[in-house]
Amino acid sequence: MIDLSTTLGNAWFPSPLFTASGCASSGKELAQFIDLREIGAVVTKSVMSKPRHGRATPRMAETPSGMINSIGLQGPGIDQFLAHDLPWLVSQKARVIVSIAGETVEEYATLARKVRSAPGISALEVNISCPNVENRGLVFACDPDASRRVIDGVRKTLGGELPIIAKLSPDVTDLVSIAKGVVDAGADGLALINTVLSMVINLDTMRPHLGGKTGGLSGPAIRPIAVRAIYQVHEALPTVPILGMGGVASGRDALELILAGAKGVSVGTASFGDPAAIITIQNELKDLLKARGFTSVAQAVGYAHRPAEDIEK
Amino acid sequence: MSTINKNAGRIIATVVSNKRVGQYHQILLNVGEMVNNCKPGNFVAMKVGGENAKMILRRAFAISRVSLTGPYGGSMELIVAPFGQGSKWLCSQIEGAEIDLIAPLGTAFGIPTQPVRALLVGGGYGSAPLFGLAEVLKNRGCRVDMYLGASTGGKIYAPMEGKRSVNVLRIYTEDGSMGERGRVTEPIPGLIADGLIDVIYSCGPMPMLQAISEIVAGSDVVHQCAVEESMACGVGICMTCVLPVADTDGNVSMKRSCIDGPVMDGSHVLWDQVGKVPEVHS
Repeated sequence: MIDLSTTLGNAWFPSPLFTASGCASSGKELAQFIDLREIGAVVTKSVMSKPRHGRATPRMAETPSGMINSIGLQGPGIDQFLAHDLPWLVSQKARVIVSIAGETVEEYATLARKVRSAPGISALEVNISCPNVENRGLVFACDPDASRRVIDGVRKTLGGELPIIAKLSPDVTDLVSIAKGVVDAGADGLALINTVLSMVINLDTMRPHLGGKTGGLSGPAIRPIAVRAIYQVHEALPTVPILGMGGVASGRDALELILAGAKGVSVGTASFGDPAAIITIQNELKDLLKARGFTSVAQAVGYAHRPAEDIEK
Repeated sequence: MSTINKNAGRIIATVVSNKRVGQYHQILLNVGEMVNNCKPGNFVAMKVGGENAKMILRRAFAISRVSLTGPYGGSMELIVAPFGQGSKWLCSQIEGAEIDLIAPLGTAFGIPTQPVRALLVGGGYGSAPLFGLAEVLKNRGCRVDMYLGASTGGKIYAPMEGKRSVNVLRIYTEDGSMGERGRVTEPIPGLIADGLIDVIYSCGPMPMLQAISEIVAGSDVVHQCAVEESMACGVGICMTCVLPVADTDGNVSMKRSCIDGPVMDGSHVLWDQVGKVPEVHS
């Protein structure tokens, strides 16, 4: 028996496999292909205060072993989300991590206040790194100071119960300093990594292909970036739980992120190609852990960091 | 809020045959009992490229026709244009090849309970799902006329066996290389003015669907169109295939063409706003 259970702050999950925010909508569609109770949790699409149309189409382009998207946080707004989407997930007995996104420090705090009183939530993901906003200056996670202020505001509003997971961008020079900043400000965990800012030019129109011009690259193409980011942050902050994501498409990939330091792994783009991918990955991970002599996920977390002399033995 | 087609399931289908028809490939797949749930207008999302492909997203195709009684049980026909890497891979699959697919997805064409006079309008290989639809309408006692258009004759898809279900088949090409010279939408105002049609079903490029919507506006003719937007998942989770649609109260929202479509009421789509972002909610 392999113990797949994991924790993020004070939240316990029976499996280390999660959906990735923005890649499962609010869970209903995936439920037709998988039993949501079997996975760690559904991480819902980042929701903002108000309903939002998102960006113009085209919103995506496939790239080698990946895709770029520019959705721009289309969503129902927090009130509709809490009234409809969340209760449905709770009624399905799915564990839920609610992801929020805002345009100002105050908006994040407002969202946190609304989420605070909603039942059935395991943790709060604070998405401060969506690349698909009109003003790049609004990508809080690219600015250590702004990152800290957002998390500080959410922490103060939320109180001490619900774990806060700050979702960070790999598009920064010094990820570790930003990670340290948000942990100091009250984040209990880190979600690494959001998509990578990118662009595709359409050779027919000879202009940027996406309506929003730039988009976020996801899929196996970015996995090595995720592994690097998780490894660096785990090395610097070994006690801070990391929810890893970025191009995970197999059990092998999930194990790689866990070895780098992730306590949980989110599956995003792989669900677009196969809505049952997360279950396949979970089963593969179990076999791979067993084959390496691990009896629990916890034993494998950060295992790639052990000193070289241990490897010799 | 609408939800995914409740009959959608994932199977491994076997290629029964793959024939070239003009510029397109007619691919017949053995899908077993899934055909019982497939309706004209529904689509299928296919995995492409094989095991180690760098193509990670499914490709969506309208289901052309289904048959319960093929030599191999239930079968599904798709018409594929080998334009991109994924569709070229599909067109290279030979008899016996196995393909991972999810179907049936999306909404279907509404079938009237009373016999009506229906005009089916197809652009390019957008005609594919109209032949299956024509059979269903014919069996309901409808009068079915089909007008197909394309830039040139090579892009018209009109198989011989498909013509059995239609009363009149007319073809329009912009270069005059097949059928009549002109656009397929040109004769429609006359048909409406003469009161000859009740419902238009259309499938093809978005400008054609928009043109038909503008022609029927103000008349009693209902226009059901199958829209096309590029999709990453086909199952409603990626939010890429959206277009602005008004509900009955006039509220506009970005609807997913994989869940709320592909078949939509043409009068609800804000055609001028496709590819733009509508006014922000108040």
